[in-house]
Amino acid sequence: MIGLAHLLTLSTILFAIAVCGIFINRRSVILLLMCVELLLLAVNFNFIAFAYFLGDLAGQVFVFFILTVAAAEAAIGLAILVVLFRNRLSVNVEEFSLLKG
Amino acid sequence: MQQIPEIFPLILFYGWSGLLIAAAVGVITARNPVHSVLLLVLCFVISAAIWLLLRAEFLAVALVLVYVGAVMVLLLFVVMMLDINVERMREGLTRYAPLGVLVGLLLAAQLSSVWWLRRSGLEIAAPADSLAFEEGNTQALGTLLYTEHLYAFEIAGYILLLAIIGAITLTLRRRKGLRVQQVSEQVAVRPESRVRLVKMKTERDE
Repeated sequence: MIGLAHLLTLSTILFAIAVCGIFINRRSVILLLMCVELLLLAVNFNFIAFAYFLGDLAGQVFVFFILTVAAAEAAIGLAILVVLFRNRLSVNVEEFSLLKG
Repeated sequence: MQQIPEIFPLILFYGWSGLLIAAAVGVITARNPVHSVLLLVLCFVISAAIWLLLRAEFLAVALVLVYVGAVMVLLLFVVMMLDINVERMREGLTRYAPLGVLVGLLLAAQLSSVWWLRRSGLEIAAPADSLAFEEGNTQALGTLLYTEHLYAFEIAGYILLLAIIGAITLTLRRRKGLRVQQVSEQVAVRPESRVRLVKMKTERDE
C-alpha cells in the first residue's frame, strides 16, 4: 500500500530537482518558467497526498485553485517573454539589465 | 470481481515515480528547449496517473486537459516561435551546476528532516476508503466548490479573465503603415474636398 512517506519523498525530490533547475538554467527565461511549473507540481503532490490520507477534499480544492493561478501565471509570463524577445531579440536574463543605470 | 493484490498499486507507484524523476531531471538538463517542454509534458502525464491512484480523478483529467492541452502547448508554441540561441544559453551550465545540486540536496534534506522527525507524532495509516464518495470524485468536488468555496471560485474566474486581458494587452501592437479603413473620416467627408468644379470657356475646333 502506498504510504504518506512515499508521496512526501517523491514531492520533495521533485521540488529539489526543480530548484536545481532554477540554478542550472538561470539564463533562459523559458526554462525558469518551466522550473516554476515543476515546483508547483511538487506542491500539488503534497496537497493531493494529504487530501487522500486525511480523507479531506479541501486539499483537492486547493490544487484546483493552484492550477488556475498557475495557468494564469504561465499565460502572462509567456506574454511578457514574447514582448521582451520582440524588443531585445533574446531571452537571456543577463541582458535584461535595463534598470541598472 | 477478482480482488486486486495489495502490492499492485505500489508497483505502479514506484514505476511511475522513477519515470517522473527521470523526466524531471531531463527537463532541467536537456540541451534543446523543445525537448525540455516535451519532457515536462511527460512529467504532467505521469503525475496525472499517480493522482489517479490517490483518488483525485477530476484533477488528474484537468491536469491533462488544461495543463498538457493548453498551457504546455502554449509554452511549446512560444519556444518554437522564438529563435533561441541554445549554445549561448548553456555557457554558464557547468559553472553553476555544483551550486544548484548543493542547494537542491540541502533543500531535500531540510524538507525530509521535517517529516522524518514529525512522523512519530503524525500517525497516518492509509485509509482504504477515504475519499471514496458514492457520487464520485467530480461531483463531490463540484459540490464543495459551488457551496463552501464559491467566492474563491469566482475570484479564480476573475484571475483567468485578468490573465486573458493582460496577455492580449501586452502582446497587442499597432503596425505602422498598415492600411485600415477609418469610418469617421469617410462619413465626415464633404463633396467640396473631393470634386472641384472648374468653369472654363468652351473651346471649339475650327
